Amino acid sequence: MAEVLVLAEHTGGEVKKVTLELLTLARQFGEPAAVWAGPGAAEGQSRLAEYGAARVYVADGGEFTGYVAAPEAELLASLVEQKSPVAVLLASTGQNKEVAGRLAVKTNSGLLADAVGLTAGGDGQIVAEQSVFGGATIVHSAVKTGTPVITVRPNSVAPAPAPAAAELANVDLSLSDAAKGAKVAEKVVQERGERPELAEAAIVVSGGRGVGSADGFELIEKLADSLGAAVGASRAVTDAGWYPHKFQVGQTGMTVSPQLYMAIGISGAIQHRAGMQTSKTIIAVNKDPEAPIFELADFGVVGDLFTVVPQLMEDIAKRSGA
Amino acid sequence: MNIVVCVKQVPDTWAERKLKQGDATLDRESVDGLINELDEYAIEEALQIKEAHGGEVTVVTMGPEKASESVRKALSMGADKAVHLVDDALAGSDALQTSYALAQVLQSIGFDLVVLGAESTDARMGAMAAMLAERLGVAQLSLASKVEIDGSHVRVNRQSEDGYWVVESDLPAVISVMEKINEPRYPSFKGIMAAKKKPMQVLSLAEAGIDSSLVGLANAATEVVDFTERPPRQAGTIVKDEGDGGTKAAEFLAAGKFI
Repeated sequence: MAEVLVLAEHTGGEVKKVTLELLTLARQFGEPAAVWAGPGAAEGQSRLAEYGAARVYVADGGEFTGYVAAPEAELLASLVEQKSPVAVLLASTGQNKEVAGRLAVKTNSGLLADAVGLTAGGDGQIVAEQSVFGGATIVHSAVKTGTPVITVRPNSVAPAPAPAAAELANVDLSLSDAAKGAKVAEKVVQERGERPELAEAAIVVSGGRGVGSADGFELIEKLADSLGAAVGASRAVTDAGWYPHKFQVGQTGMTVSPQLYMAIGISGAIQHRAGMQTSKTIIAVNKDPEAPIFELADFGVVGDLFTVVPQLMEDIAKRSGA
Repeated sequence: MNIVVCVKQVPDTWAERKLKQGDATLDRESVDGLINELDEYAIEEALQIKEAHGGEVTVVTMGPEKASESVRKALSMGADKAVHLVDDALAGSDALQTSYALAQVLQSIGFDLVVLGAESTDARMGAMAAMLAERLGVAQLSLASKVEIDGSHVRVNRQSEDGYWVVESDLPAVISVMEKINEPRYPSFKGIMAAKKKPMQVLSLAEAGIDSSLVGLANAATEVVDFTERPPRQAGTIVKDEGDGGTKAAEFLAAGKFI
């Protein structure tokens, strides 16, 4: 059976959840094979096996972590050439969208970004569902030329175990000079504490203009922590400097699609909705009953967030027995 | 330094954006077009680099006639000249084809530094800087939140999943910039008047050396199978806080097994 290549996302040998989601999606089109760039494959192997990777192609030379996007693209392009896979799947991160773009150019293949689901079309082709224009339109797309290169958003499917061998296979590849153009001089990790990553989180709690100040935003963080959630912010908040820009959810920020999205003090302007309206369940708290966020909300409370949220947290604590 | 900024005209994100029935391409007629928001940061960055290091800023766009409005905006902010690739045969091009066409234009006009916005607000693929770097065989310094130039050396802070990377290369290079890298200037009245006299070169496919069989909807590497408007979300339960709003929200969370 032909393979479906999945570029593994990992830190310190730990496989990220989105990779397990991609392995789950890959199964319907062929035999999933993970591709591991950088060190740590041996530690990640059992997790990849549990979720159905028949093989793990490993390129662990130090070169693979010292440059930007091009090394992964060269690795994948060489595997595409050798293995003629059905498709290459990557998690939709900023970097991977670039890896995918380079791979598409190298292999003269169609590129689809930000799929939220993959299904088999009538003639067996892979059909990607995309949510465009801020989630207002659902598009089904397919690749006509080359090997489909598709980036898939986190939380597109629930990862399902399907044990396989995850046999490690080393790939011998030396990078071209062109791949070494942009050198990484330093990787700076910014502390984000114990909270989950915004893009991958199952629950996101976001605060908007209604929190009133940077100090007020602490309440959003506390609520997020009581739910094990990631913290997001509307553009009004990041523009005002109350919370760092990288947490902005919306048209010009992150797009998230968690199981639960809580919009606290967010009016729900179209710019914000574009980043969150595909969330499975939405809860809104806002003092303005006319706020457009209530049109999206599965549950909404019209009231002052500074009384509603503390009471909510008290109830969460009671229910969790704390 | 020869700095080229690639800009894209996109439908206004505040308007209702649609695909056209029939060929499933973007409906550009029913919505106002304006310059992609992140491209304004790219223009500003290019202007600041020019102001610090000298040189010239050229704006390049690919798109229908009316995309020239976006080019005018860039010129009124202070760019020196513009190149507009316009040809009916380009309509419906996908990312692979667009990167080919833009790379041809960039090669024909020459550059030391190419600057783009990190993504467009319509397609949001975030891949164009990488695709251009790949095609042009130059360094990719993308997703930059800070750019420093020292002679022929460029250094950027690149946004990563858990922080940022410091990435460096020699020129020539392709840069893409994130929001908040700078504060884009507003065109002054003087700038708007001056823009009208600045050179705008209009290029056809043939003039740019682009093979028409490699661009356009019919030759695209991807296709839209179908599309639908997202059905409106079912109306939820909205309660007014009468002293128990938080408790009711907690009940909803518990019913959904979130707590």
